Amino acid sequence: MDDGFVSQYLSLFDQFDVAAAFWVNIQLTFFAGILALVGGTILAVMRISPVPSLRWAGSTYVTLLRNTPLTIIIVFCVLGLWGQLGVTLSTNFQTNFFRLAVVGLAAYHAAFVCEALRSGVNTVPVGQAEAARAIGLGFWPAARLVIFPQAFRGSIAPLGNVLIALTKNSTVAAAGSVAEASGLMRTMIEFRPDVSLAIFLTFAAGFTVIVVPIGLATTALSRRLAVAR
Amino acid sequence: MSGSVLFDAPGPHARRRMRWLNAVAAVVVAGIGAAVLVRLGTKGQLESRLWTPFLTGDAWTNFLLPGLRYTLRAAGISIVTAGIFGIVFGLGRLSASRAVRTVSGAVVEFFRAVPVLLMMIFFYLGLGHLHVVDPTDLPLVAVVLGLTLYNGAVFAELVRSGVHGLPRGQREAALAVGLRRSQSLRIVEVPQALIAMLPALASQLVVILKDTALGYIITYPDLLDAARRLGSANGNIMQALLVAAGIFIVINYALTRFAGLLAGRVGRRTAGRARAEAPTLVVATRDS
Repeated sequence: MDDGFVSQYLSLFDQFDVAAAFWVNIQLTFFAGILALVGGTILAVMRISPVPSLRWAGSTYVTLLRNTPLTIIIVFCVLGLWGQLGVTLSTNFQTNFFRLAVVGLAAYHAAFVCEALRSGVNTVPVGQAEAARAIGLGFWPAARLVIFPQAFRGSIAPLGNVLIALTKNSTVAAAGSVAEASGLMRTMIEFRPDVSLAIFLTFAAGFTVIVVPIGLATTALSRRLAVAR
Repeated sequence: MSGSVLFDAPGPHARRRMRWLNAVAAVVVAGIGAAVLVRLGTKGQLESRLWTPFLTGDAWTNFLLPGLRYTLRAAGISIVTAGIFGIVFGLGRLSASRAVRTVSGAVVEFFRAVPVLLMMIFFYLGLGHLHVVDPTDLPLVAVVLGLTLYNGAVFAELVRSGVHGLPRGQREAALAVGLRRSQSLRIVEVPQALIAMLPALASQLVVILKDTALGYIITYPDLLDAARRLGSANGNIMQALLVAAGIFIVINYALTRFAGLLAGRVGRRTAGRARAEAPTLVVATRDS
């Protein structure tokens, strides 16, 4: 690597706003993450409820969405919901695409959030519930004081993995015409194919910098809060 | 029943209440479904001319089946290459040499942290610029490379966690009968680890199959692309995408059931514990 290469590489950052593109991915992840958490919690409650029709509806949703490629869902949001049904979430063209992508990402990842929460409930041994009942706790006190606190701790690690997957999958929003990191990388490589490896490594490093702390934090948190059994 | 931790066996009173709740919830769920259908109906999306194209042979022979063939081809090649990558780097992570372990660990963690789409775009444009691949094969090569590196890293992690999940006695016994450590890995530990990991490997096939759809973004003519072309020819993209999603769901559901079946069966053939899930992203790994 001579001096010319480095300065050429650095000059790319004057022409392209890499940070802004990553900021779009972070925003996609943030909003889709919140929506997916809400939707996934509702689905998880449905799936662990004693009401058969709710259980059926919850598990049908999870089976359908989990087995569909995210790319199809995002393309569906843009070409199907917007293009064919005329669903508009904003009068601004760009914002509309952004919100449609958020809806698609959230709908897909809600299924995974549901499974993460459910696996948390499954880590609670039956004996805990039996003991709670034996000392006279009803359904709500037992759920609130004994089962949910343990279930929540058990689901931190899987939820962290869903968040990591969501962060990486936010690049798929490129299929929905959202200008984000993978799209910018494509433009930059097309513009400067001679330094394509350096550009790729820059973007890869960007994602690593976002993903690794999430992994470290959730791993540390789930270890610290792990229920000693 | 999944809620068995939470709920006691219901008595007559609770059973009556649950029947009511069930009926109410069923009406609500059916109502939401009906509302969606009515909305679609008023927008004219249920008209038969938008749906009947999928009943004709032409739609299948000219669009959907060729698209599916491309999808399955990319997935099939990637499964084999990712398997090879996984075994090589999985063994690398278990190697006695610290240098090999560190390098393999870094490679695996890197490819697990980078979005697959980023790799596909890089290989698509990068290899295209270098002119090392025939331009018509370029999208396929890029898709396969992206899927291989990511899923190979996941497979490597499966191999490693499978070996770590074996009881200590397996290795001790192998060493006691005079095998070297590498022989013990090759002859005793990895085969058992692979069997224990078969269900998780089968579930990873679902991920590979779904991720082939990313090839759509780099102009790979897969099922999604075929559905889009078919849809834009007839003005029914939404319906075409739903049909494509349906095909994916059927295949993936079958694969998931197969993985579950395997998890129930292989338990007897290994000292390890069979699981149906891929190991989680471990960032701070404590190498043994």
